[in-house]
Amino acid sequence: MHETTAPPGAAAPVFYQQEEHAHGESGTLLGFWLYLMSDCLIFAVLFATYGVLGRNYAAGPSGAELFDLRLVALNTGLLLLSSITYGFAMLEMEKNRVDATLRWLAITGAFGAAFLAIELYEFAHLIHEGATPQRSAFLSAFFTLVGTHGLHVTFGIVWLVTLMVQVRRYGLIADNQRRLMCLSMFWHFLDVVWIGVFTFVYLMGSMR
Amino acid sequence: MFSNLDLQQIVFGRLTLESIPYHEPILLWTFIVVAAGGVSLLGAITWFGQWGYLWREWFTSVDHKKIGIMYVVLAIVMLLRGFADAVMMITQKALAVGVNEGYLPPHHYDQVFTAHGTIMIFFMAMPFVTGMMNYVMPLQIGARDVAFPFLNNFSFWMTAGGAALIMLSLFVGEFARTGWLAYPPLSGAAYSPGVGVDYYIWGLQVAGVGTTLSGINLITTIVKMRAPGMTMMKMPVFCWTTLCSNAIIVTIFPVLTATLALLSLDRYVGTHFFTNDYGGNSMLYMNLIWIWGHPEVYVLVLPAFGIFSEVVSTFCGKRLFGYTSMVYATAVIAFVSWLVWLHHFFTMGSGASVNAFFGITTMIISIPTGAKVFNWLFTMYRGRIRFESPMIWVMGFIPTFVLGGLTGVLLAVPPADFVLHNSLFLVAHFHNVIIGGVVFGLLAGVNYWFPKAFGYKLDPFWGKVSFWCWLAGFWVVFTPIYALGLMGVTRRTQHFDDVAVQPYLTVAVIGVFIIMAGIAAFLVQLVVSFFRREQLRDLTGDPWGGRTLEWSTSSPPPPYNFAFTPVVHDLDAWWDMKRRGYARPLQGYRPIHMPRSTSAGVILAGLSTVLGFAMIWYIWWLAALSFVALIAAAIRHTFDYDRDDHIPADEVARFEELRTAQLANGVRADA
Amino acid sequence: MTALANPSAPPAAAGRPRGVLARAVRRHLWRGAALVACAALLAGCNLTVLNPSGDVAVQQRNLIIASTALMLLVIVPVIALTFLFAWRYRESNTEATYDPDWHHSTQLEVVIWTVPLLIIIALGAMTWISTHTLDPYRPLARLAPNKPVPEGTKPLTVEVVALDWKWLFIYPDQGVASLNEMAAPANVPIAFKITSSSVWNTFFVPALAGMIYAMPGMQTKLHAVMNEEGTFRGRSAHYSGTGFSRMEFDFRSLSQQDFDAWVEKAKATGSALDRAAYLQLEKPSEAEPVRYFGSVEKGLYDAVLGLCVEPGRMCVAEMHHIDRSGGGGKDSEANRDRLDYDNRRLESGEEPPGATAPASGRPARGPVQPEGMQPRDQERGRDVKEPGTTPDPGRPGTPPGADQGTAPPQLQNRPTDRHQH
Repeated sequence: MHETTAPPGAAAPVFYQQEEHAHGESGTLLGFWLYLMSDCLIFAVLFATYGVLGRNYAAGPSGAELFDLRLVALNTGLLLLSSITYGFAMLEMEKNRVDATLRWLAITGAFGAAFLAIELYEFAHLIHEGATPQRSAFLSAFFTLVGTHGLHVTFGIVWLVTLMVQVRRYGLIADNQRRLMCLSMFWHFLDVVWIGVFTFVYLMGSMR
Repeated sequence: MFSNLDLQQIVFGRLTLESIPYHEPILLWTFIVVAAGGVSLLGAITWFGQWGYLWREWFTSVDHKKIGIMYVVLAIVMLLRGFADAVMMITQKALAVGVNEGYLPPHHYDQVFTAHGTIMIFFMAMPFVTGMMNYVMPLQIGARDVAFPFLNNFSFWMTAGGAALIMLSLFVGEFARTGWLAYPPLSGAAYSPGVGVDYYIWGLQVAGVGTTLSGINLITTIVKMRAPGMTMMKMPVFCWTTLCSNAIIVTIFPVLTATLALLSLDRYVGTHFFTNDYGGNSMLYMNLIWIWGHPEVYVLVLPAFGIFSEVVSTFCGKRLFGYTSMVYATAVIAFVSWLVWLHHFFTMGSGASVNAFFGITTMIISIPTGAKVFNWLFTMYRGRIRFESPMIWVMGFIPTFVLGGLTGVLLAVPPADFVLHNSLFLVAHFHNVIIGGVVFGLLAGVNYWFPKAFGYKLDPFWGKVSFWCWLAGFWVVFTPIYALGLMGVTRRTQHFDDVAVQPYLTVAVIGVFIIMAGIAAFLVQLVVSFFRREQLRDLTGDPWGGRTLEWSTSSPPPPYNFAFTPVVHDLDAWWDMKRRGYARPLQGYRPIHMPRSTSAGVILAGLSTVLGFAMIWYIWWLAALSFVALIAAAIRHTFDYDRDDHIPADEVARFEELRTAQLANGVRADA
Repeated sequence: MTALANPSAPPAAAGRPRGVLARAVRRHLWRGAALVACAALLAGCNLTVLNPSGDVAVQQRNLIIASTALMLLVIVPVIALTFLFAWRYRESNTEATYDPDWHHSTQLEVVIWTVPLLIIIALGAMTWISTHTLDPYRPLARLAPNKPVPEGTKPLTVEVVALDWKWLFIYPDQGVASLNEMAAPANVPIAFKITSSSVWNTFFVPALAGMIYAMPGMQTKLHAVMNEEGTFRGRSAHYSGTGFSRMEFDFRSLSQQDFDAWVEKAKATGSALDRAAYLQLEKPSEAEPVRYFGSVEKGLYDAVLGLCVEPGRMCVAEMHHIDRSGGGGKDSEANRDRLDYDNRRLESGEEPPGATAPASGRPARGPVQPEGMQPRDQERGRDVKEPGTTPDPGRPGTPPGADQGTAPPQLQNRPTDRHQH
């Protein structure tokens, strides 16, 4: 079968292009998306670990006794709102308005910081009650899963502040727009992960 | 509480002078040899004033070709280290029979086999494969670089940093005594205190970041940067295997990172993921590590399959038989590789149905693998086979690998595995597929693409010597090891009571020395070829009658790879171009947009390595400092917006005119 | 042993012929003798896995042979074709057809995919069936081919504990226990319950049946039967720390009378195995001599399995019970102390099985052996006077004599008849 091969004598087609075609920025977005998926797998491992160990209380406190759902609901609200405000920042970016973009980014960062503060408060409270990560496999898995998410939010905020400085200094140039897009994906990704944490850890842990 | 925190502990953590094994003759001599070699190398670089050149042209380079070569150099260096461990292991085993204790006490021997496995997989096979993919794949798809050139450089230095940490454990402290996958509870803080497992964890974590990023990078490159006209089904098979291999990398290395992070939390923070007490579950680690570990085998072997495919079709002068089924076979192998991990612990008592399921999924992998072997076979059919150095590796590979596959399927039958698991039969099996498949493939690849990278072929005589030593040595080592496995002899023992094993082990020792001759012949081949480079010179850029795009440019390729981006019409694009009268364009050059070299990768990876070292030795201030510095350096790097460069049109013209002259008159590239 | 005896045969055979012609004959004889030696090496009685003595292992062996034969159906042609094609289509053979554009054939593709598929279907069916029939958790249905287990046969129950680095066998029905030696009557089903005290091991008697992990705090099961009398080798096959290499035991398959006598001997000569004795036994040590225990404290195995031999510990089963009913509540600090298990060695100042520098207190890779290990032959006479490097004999919890003393007889080379059967 020779269906794809042209006969040797046929007229030579074009074998190279004279004009340069720059590769689009979509490469970065695809790469970043792949990174997010690999990060997602880290969370998948932590979720699986929590799924295996989540009821191993080691004759210690359980989630139902420890979790303060109102606090967590507030936290969830803060993070969801921060996603919305990030969306507003992106809309302003589309309109090329530097100040408005920065304003919404600052609000997003503030929500993120509030989220972290509440999470740290929750952790401190648990540790104070003796529910430390060393107490049981359940608490090890809980602190690691929630803490890894919190660590991601922390890095998100560091990145956000860096980007705000860069947007202020260099404006909404193509590079910065691309970076804002990546951070946007990252931020929403953390939101989605948090929905999983909220459902899988807190809600299902409180129900029995 | 604070009274015992003396100054030394604050400054050096748990690092003391006693951690340096200067009273151990084996270590001392190793250190002296390594140090002498290192000092003379560094001295030579300084003497010849090459630091600036190395720094500018290599260490900070973002050129995928140079990074690929650096990966391979790293892999060859680590091969020597890992092989030295192998020699120590097998000689110890052969000596320590009956009353004789051999020369390695158990706690030293245990480190040797742990280091051998860790180094050979993570720091020999992985960099070797990554280096090949890095060098060849962009050329094959007609690209000028990878999608993220800076990340590429960073990934390399992370791998090198991880390797440096593992090497450091030889002279500062000790390495893990747990086996290469560090199963808890043995690897937990309670049963393995000390720095061994921490060296293992940090070495792998630092390198693992590099591997994941490199995987993302290469996938994006393949998806986004193929030359116009090159649809996915017109891509060379090596690119397909690279794509599948990196898809596996991106899905499994995060699992490894997370698993090792959990183990380090157990060790550093005192959590209870894998401990015996407080509800921890060591079986969870077994599952997680093999969810990484089994697909990892395919990460290594798929690119090797790709290399064999390229080599077979080139040296048979024939298009690869069954390209489409080859591609699907690759994809099926990659997919099923995620579904077989449990076959590494059938003996854990998972229940018959679970065991049978994973046994059968494992066997399913042999179907596409078998199809691949048949495809290579029928590529040879009605070909015109030239047995040059790359091709002879294929001839050694097919029978060796097929027999390794046989023993592999045997191990996939759970009740058979019950008697063969953890035995030397298992050891022989995985060496059979990794040496027979991966190493043979990589050495075929080196012989095949060396002229592309350096402009001259490798000496064929020494290539053949190396091949025959490897092939014969392999079988002389592993036939008796298979037999020992069938005697019920288990792995990782430092001593045997039963003197009946000694004859077998003695044969294996002879085999190891034959392999050593093969490695030596390979190094001799490199040196001899360098001195004979004028006779071996390739001026055409296409020394083998190649079929894919990398052979359409000069050897070595210019920094920009292609003056004009090629347009692809068919599979085996370069073959198609040659037969349809492609005329090389001689004018109309334009400036070419290229990424600029940067030292950020070296700095970031260096800081990560220091961070790892500080964490291993509990030098908390240094850990904090290097972590902050790492973040700061990363942020600093993001402020560098000016990352691109242009190669001016007249410089492109200069390169291209030289090549025109070469092609016309056989003038040397450096004349 | 066959393997050792054979190499001595060739010289005798080759010694006779003389003269010019003799050289060729001798070469021929040498080659024949070498072939015989090779075959003997591969087929001799050494290959326990291919020549086992227990029915389970025999079935596993049959499975190995059947699967290999099945795979050879495709592998032999592949290897033959490789060399055939390589020879036929070599570049210098200009008579062979050269068809550079031939790269596809639907019929061939179908064959290429179908042949392995059919073999895997056959093998898969074999796997599914054999995995279920040879499930180690499944009580035996037969003692040997065509010899079902007689009605009402009570299997011998043996509780196996993998200690650092020795094996403890408890016979609950007989009320005795033994260390590093196991005995069982031939042709009687054995039900093993297996656990470990600190890290993972595998219980493996190649002549008897396949291996299974021994895991702390968990129990695995194995059912097997030995069809021949004799002494067989058993060992841990999963690396478990420094003393792993000598973590072996003798499996003695006896007649019923001899087994009863063995039990009586254990009862008569052995000391009592109570919790205190177990805790002493549990400390790391290698190459322990065979020891018998005339009585075993009730519930000791369950306590070992529950990680609660030490007084005051909470057993794993109790912890699971509390966890299933929703945990122990916030005021459960007392439980926390009762559950601590892994750190007991570090707390008692003993060296854990995988310790490395600097925690081990030994010089990195130096000649000083880890605690519980016997001194090596090479070290005799070697001067180790590094200050602070020798293990402190005064440490609490160190078994007396763990660091010094000569090797027990087990360390010496045993007679090579261990494999005889």
